[in-house]
Formats: sequence, C-alpha cells, structure tokens
Amino acid sequence: MAEKLDTFPRLLLHHAAVRPGQAAIREKDLGIWQTWTWAEVAEEVRALACGLAAQGFKRGMSLAIIGENRPRLYWAIAAAQALGGIPVPLYQDAVAQEMVYVFHDADIAFAIVEDQEQVDKLLEIQPQCPKLAHIVFDDPRGLRHYTQAALKSYEKLQELGREFDRAHPGFFADEVARGDTNDIASMFYTSGTTGSPKGVTHTHNALITAGRTGAEMEGLAPADEVLAYLPMAWIGQNIFSYTQSYVVGFCISCPESAETVAADMREIGPTYYFAPPAVLERLLTQVSIRMEDAGWIKRKLYAGFMDLARRVGGKILDGDASVGAGDRLMYRAGDALMYGPLRNMLGMSRVKVAYTAGEAIGPDLFVFYRSIGINLKQLYGSTETAVFVCVQPNGQVKADTVGPPVKGVEVKVAENGEILIRSPGLFSEYHRNAEATAEAKDRDGWFHTGDAGYFDADGHLKIIDRAKDVGRLQDGTLFAPKYLENKLKFFPYIKEAVCFGHARDMVCAFVNIDFDAVGNWAERRNLAYSGYTDLAAQAPVRDLVRECVESVNRDLAQDATLGGSQIHRFLILHKELDPDDGEITRTRKVRRGFIGEKYAPLVEALYGGRSECFIETQVRFEDGRTGKISATLPISDAKTSPAAAALKKAA
Amino acid sequence: MNTDRRIGDPLLVIQDVSLSFGGVKALQDVSFDVREHEIRAIIGPNGAGKSSMLNVINGVYHPQKGRITYAEQVRAQVDPHEAAERGIARTFQNLALFKGMSVLDNIMTGRNLKMRTNILLQALRIGPALKEEVEQRAAVEKIIDFLEIQAYRKTPVGRLPYGLQKRVDLGRALAMEPRLLLLDEPMAGMNVEEKQDMCRFILDVNDQFGTTIVLIEHDMGVVMDISDRVVVLDYGRKIADGTPDEVRANQAVIDAYLGVSH
Repeated sequence: MAEKLDTFPRLLLHHAAVRPGQAAIREKDLGIWQTWTWAEVAEEVRALACGLAAQGFKRGMSLAIIGENRPRLYWAIAAAQALGGIPVPLYQDAVAQEMVYVFHDADIAFAIVEDQEQVDKLLEIQPQCPKLAHIVFDDPRGLRHYTQAALKSYEKLQELGREFDRAHPGFFADEVARGDTNDIASMFYTSGTTGSPKGVTHTHNALITAGRTGAEMEGLAPADEVLAYLPMAWIGQNIFSYTQSYVVGFCISCPESAETVAADMREIGPTYYFAPPAVLERLLTQVSIRMEDAGWIKRKLYAGFMDLARRVGGKILDGDASVGAGDRLMYRAGDALMYGPLRNMLGMSRVKVAYTAGEAIGPDLFVFYRSIGINLKQLYGSTETAVFVCVQPNGQVKADTVGPPVKGVEVKVAENGEILIRSPGLFSEYHRNAEATAEAKDRDGWFHTGDAGYFDADGHLKIIDRAKDVGRLQDGTLFAPKYLENKLKFFPYIKEAVCFGHARDMVCAFVNIDFDAVGNWAERRNLAYSGYTDLAAQAPVRDLVRECVESVNRDLAQDATLGGSQIHRFLILHKELDPDDGEITRTRKVRRGFIGEKYAPLVEALYGGRSECFIETQVRFEDGRTGKISATLPISDAKTSPAAAALKKAA
Repeated sequence: MNTDRRIGDPLLVIQDVSLSFGGVKALQDVSFDVREHEIRAIIGPNGAGKSSMLNVINGVYHPQKGRITYAEQVRAQVDPHEAAERGIARTFQNLALFKGMSVLDNIMTGRNLKMRTNILLQALRIGPALKEEVEQRAAVEKIIDFLEIQAYRKTPVGRLPYGLQKRVDLGRALAMEPRLLLLDEPMAGMNVEEKQDMCRFILDVNDQFGTTIVLIEHDMGVVMDISDRVVVLDYGRKIADGTPDEVRANQAVIDAYLGVSH
C-alpha cells in the first residue's frame, strides 16, 4: 500500500518505521534528560489511543489537553488524532471559570491534564460541565487521596489501552487508516481580545501544508533541535514543536520547569527557535542589567563591540559584500570575545533559524540579535492562518517588515488598508459560530485579518497596527497606538504602555515600569522601595520614564506622518497589567479599550490637565481571591520635540 | 484534612520534662506525646519554651528531670548525632545552611548519614564511592523535584531569597529520610504566598512519606490549618493540649495570647 503522509498519525508511524531509533522527544526529569525514540513514541501513542478508545472516546470527539509542555501531553494530541478526535489544548494558567466556556463550546468529555493544579480546576467546574466524565492526569503528586470516579492516572489509561489492544489487535491500524487529511486535526481557542474565545479548527491538510512549506523554506532536517517552552494552547507552539516535528522528524525537548527554560536551552542548544518579542526583550533586559553590573573594562568592551556589531553585524549575516576587511577582522575578534559567549549564554549558539512574531518588534531589539550573529527573522501569521503567511527570506531581512508571502499563500491589501489572505493553511471555521466564520472569511475564501498594513517597494509586507485601532487625532494626524507603545516598550525600564489619542487633541499614555529593571536601577541609586506600587510612585522613577518618553518624542519628530502623535502627558500605573484582571491577554497583548474604561478617571485626569488622580482598583490574586489596591497617581508632562528637529538635522 | 491517613501509636512521649538554665526555668513538668504520622504543633508566646522543647527532643539540651520515650526506647538524655541516626531531623529558625554552597550540595549534606564508603574513596570518586554518589544524587534530585527548586539546583544558597532558603533547609532535613521531622518556625518571615507553598510542602511530606512532624509556629492561622493536635506552652508550662478547635476555645490559651487583666 502506498503510504500517504497526509495525517499526523500516519506521519508518526512513518517516522517510527523509517527512523525508529532516533530521538523524537526529550524531557528533563530529576536533573537528567530522558529521551523517547520515534518507535517508543509510536508505542506510547498507540497505548494511549487504545486506552481512550476503551473508555469510549469516539471519532469526532474533543480531547482537552491542559498543562506545561510534557511529552505525555504531546502524545495525547497524537492519540486523539489517531482516533479521529480533535485535541483542544487550553492555556494552563487560565483560571477554572475561564475554562467552562471552552468545555461547553467544544462538548468536552475527556481531558488529559498535567497535574493536581489542573485536576483541581476541572473538578471545580465539573458540576457546570456535566459531560466532562474522564480526567486523566500525568503527575500523580498530591492526588493519592482523590477518589472521584472521573479521575484516572495516565499509566492506568495506557494499561487499559494495552489490554484493549491485545483484545482488538487491528483496531489502532484501522483507526489510523480511516483518518482523512481533510478531517479536523486540532482546535485552538483564540485568546479573545473581544468577546468570547472562538475555537479555530484546522484540518490535517492545513497544518501539515503550512508546516511543510515553512520547513522546506528553511531547510529543516531530522537532526534539528527545538525547545518546547511556549504554551501548548498557542498554535505557534503546535506548529513549531508538533506539526513540524512530525513533518520533518526532528526532536523536541521539554524543559524541566517553566523557571529552568534558560538553563535547559543552554544544555539543548536548539537549532530552530521561536520567541515572541516579549521573551526576546526579557532576555535582552537581563543581558543589559548584568552588563550594567559588570566591571568597567567589561562595560567598555561590551559597548565598543556592540557599536561595531550594530554597524556591520547585520550586514555580515546577510552576506553583504560592502563590509570592509578591517571591520570584518574586528567583528571576528568580537565574535571570539563577546558575541560567541553571549550567544552561548542565551542558549543560541547553534540556532540556524530563529523566528519572532505576534507583535511588532522594536527595531533596536531586532537588530541586537541579528548583529551578534543570530539569524532572527520575522514572520507574520495568526491562529486562523496556521502561522506561516509571510516570512523574511535569508539575506532579505528588514527590521520593519515581515517579508514577502511564502509559497502558496496569497496576500492582498483591501481598500481600507486591511490585509486579506488566502492559503491552503487557512482554518476551516470557527467552531459552532457560522456568523463569525462568514464575517472573517468571505465567499471567495479570503480571510480578513483585521491587521492594517501595506507592501513596500520590495514586495515585503509591513504591518502597522490592528486596522480597527488605527485612529486619528482631532487635527487629523495619524495615530497608531501600538506603534507608539512598542517604541516605549523598547526601553528596558518600561514593561507595558497604553496610548490614548483617537479623536483627542493630543496623545497621552499609561506606563507600567519593568519591576526587575527599575528595581535594579533603584538599588544602584540607594533608592528604597517596598514593592511595585511604591517603586512606581517615586519621583526619580518618574523622571526616568519621562526621559524615555521624551526620547520617543524626539524619534517621532523625525517621522513625517507620525510626528504629530508625540506623547504629551503620561502616568505610571500603580499595578502591573495582568491577564487575571483582563487587562492584557494571555499572550500579553494590551486590551486598550478595556483599560480605557476601567481606568476612565485616569484618562480624564490626563486630558483634564490635572496633576494627580486617586484611583482604587480591584485585583485578582492567583488563587482567585480579590483585593483592592489604591493610590494617588501623579501625572507628568513630557516635552515634545518640534517637527523642525528633523529639518535641522537634515541641514 | 486527610481523613484516611492512619495516625498510629505514640512515636514520641515526653513525660514531666523540666529544663532550667541556672535560675531560668525554661520548661517545667511538660508532658505530651506525638503519634506516628501526625502533625503536631507546639505554640506559645515568645519565651514560652518552644525552641527549648525542640532542642530537648533532638538532644541539644539535656533536661534535668523527666523521661523521653522515642520509638519505644526510654532515654533521659539523647545526643544530637544519636537522634539523627535514629531518624530525627530538624530545620532551624535562623537557617543552618552553607551559604556559599549550591542548593544541590546543601541538600547532599543531609545524606551524610546514608553514605557508607570511606572518605578516601569518596574523595577519589572511585569504586563503590562513585556508585554511591550516583544513588545519593538520585535521592537528592527527588527532593529537589518534590520541593520544586529545579531552577536553583546550582545556585549558591546565599543568593536565594529567604523563602527559598527555608525550602532548601527543609530539603536538607528531608534528605535524611527522617521518621520524625522537627520544624522550627518554618514560616517565619515569609509572605503569604511563600507560607501557602510551605504549608503545601509540609502536608505533602506528611502525606507522601508518612513522616511524623512536630512544628513550632507563631502564625496561629497556619498552625490551626495544618495540625492534627496542638500543645500550648506559656512560661515553660503546658497550658493546653488538644485539637485545633479545642485549643482555640481554651480560655487559658486566649489569655496567654491576648493578655488578661488582673
């Protein structure tokens, strides 16, 4: 029988046959990396799938998967797919009540979860979700005294599966053979910046095609290594650590715990890496902080070599011939002394291809990684498009674009500036939401992304903001809030920013300081503080932030279209924006509208010219309890730069 | 609470123990028992004799009067090393860790009593010593996993925040695989979140390893939540003994804690 590699279970069996002894997945446990080969993974998945079947899991049913990256949870995806079921990964840090909607929407009866924490959440919502009848847990710790009938350990389920397999020897192979490439392979719930989350369904064909296109473009091979450290519920994690692993046959590694990612990355040395800008930013912040604490010689050396890297590093990476021999020699010296050790410290010594996406990345941040020799590239995509829409090809990387469309993907810009996409990787539908599906996907199959952007002269797509967020000031000046916020956030001291200005006479901003960076800065100045709220309220910190804002204003003054949207007034929020309070999404996108309403008195104080404002906010702690934080926030003015500055500089 | 956990016979019985330093009577005729698998708290205001009681149990202080029965052996006096060999481990109010050593090495010191090969072989890492080292390391890794401190394995203890140092201190005590674990103010100086974590670890230790636990604590809320029975000391005397509910309702305890007008 000619083998068609068009579903995930078939890909799995293919690898188990072709490269049975090669590592498929690793996990660090008790300090030692444990490895499972493709043949072993196939056996594990088979036992699990049969176990699920023995418990009554049928074709078309949904399987909830909740937890950190764990091999067993990855096998759960494959097991559900082998039976023609639909794996539905959920964000592991979601509180119980947030999960209720998904369990109802997807009619979930089976869940495979990581540990006691997740079990407790599911037991809490079980009365609201009567269909949830089977909860399977990976880590038995703390669950010894749980007697609920719905609970079962992963081992027990696999044991039942092996028995079932012996009784029905042909079952697994038949089920895999029954799978069709146009079956739904996975469902991902969008984080939902507006309204309830939507279940985005993808077929095997869509995911595999998207994964294969990306893999071919970058020349991924079975010897590549990936560290699986982002939430499983996010489609990118599925594409990079599951889909492409199954398409290409490379090995993924699961870190020991969320806190050990940096150390684990150094040990594994991934060759193919994805990080959202926020993670890259955090890494750079750590480097910057440590450099500021370093001795005088090291600081000077770092500053000198980073200047050189900024000037020629990116060009050398792009193979630009215009770089002089002297600079090349110096860069090589820098590579031995500085860039190489730095890459090693970041765990990126072996990185062939690194992607970033999700948010626009600050140009300086982007250039930093490229300049020290890491092939970081931007890509553009979303849950609905299975990630790969545009990717920057090697040698054609620009800081402010996301590259040309990849093979097989059509992109066009609508009259209102919105980006439209048609591709084989497009989602099938929003689960049980024909209305939303019709709204997002028109009759000709074009998906309306909601992003605003345009193609530049080289055919690279440039994204400026969400189409609906781009606004205008009263005088008609273009106002792209995210663009401003990103500029602010590039400063290591600023963690989040929220800009207001649409239909107003000027732009004002809320700022969240980065507690680590500013805390360190304060300590070096002998500035005492008791916690975030206290630190944020200190006058020197306000001056520090003002300098950042004014620097952004100077930068904006050079820009012809956005020069008028400089930030006039700002305040530092008394609490960090938190997904538990609904202020940012779990993927850390600020919910500007919600924040504007929640802190309406602060917005009015900004525009009302007041110098301070009292605010009391309810906060939700991690254990679900709520409390109140109140503070009187001072409001600061920032100097704006005259647009003429650009002229003077030019002259 | 864990209703199906079997609490056994008394593991430790303290009878009429009195301890004094010169004219200061730290403990006077204190009697109570600790049953196998139970979590037993000793509470009381400052200077009530709580730490002295703990030091008597593991043999640091030797009481002038009274009898201590541990695992059916009656002793007037125990020496600390003997107590350790018989399965009594403890943590300290002010921490007793090697600040310059890594978390891993600190916990490894708790395995000292489990090492059988001689120091020369250990230093050279040859023969049975190597195998032993691997076994001990495996045991330590289980504790690191249990206490969720994987991220700090190689970090010098002195660089860790206080709450984590407390956790390492607990890890070092657990490394002895104790039968009786003495905790001296395990939550002192912790924030709410750290306290919750520590409570969870104490309950897990008790539940998973069946370790009997005696703990001293200031934080009444914590004690009442996790203890099976509570002894209350005041000025070196026992003023109450019973379940958390009984103790909470006891007038003598309320007076000792809140003061009483005479």
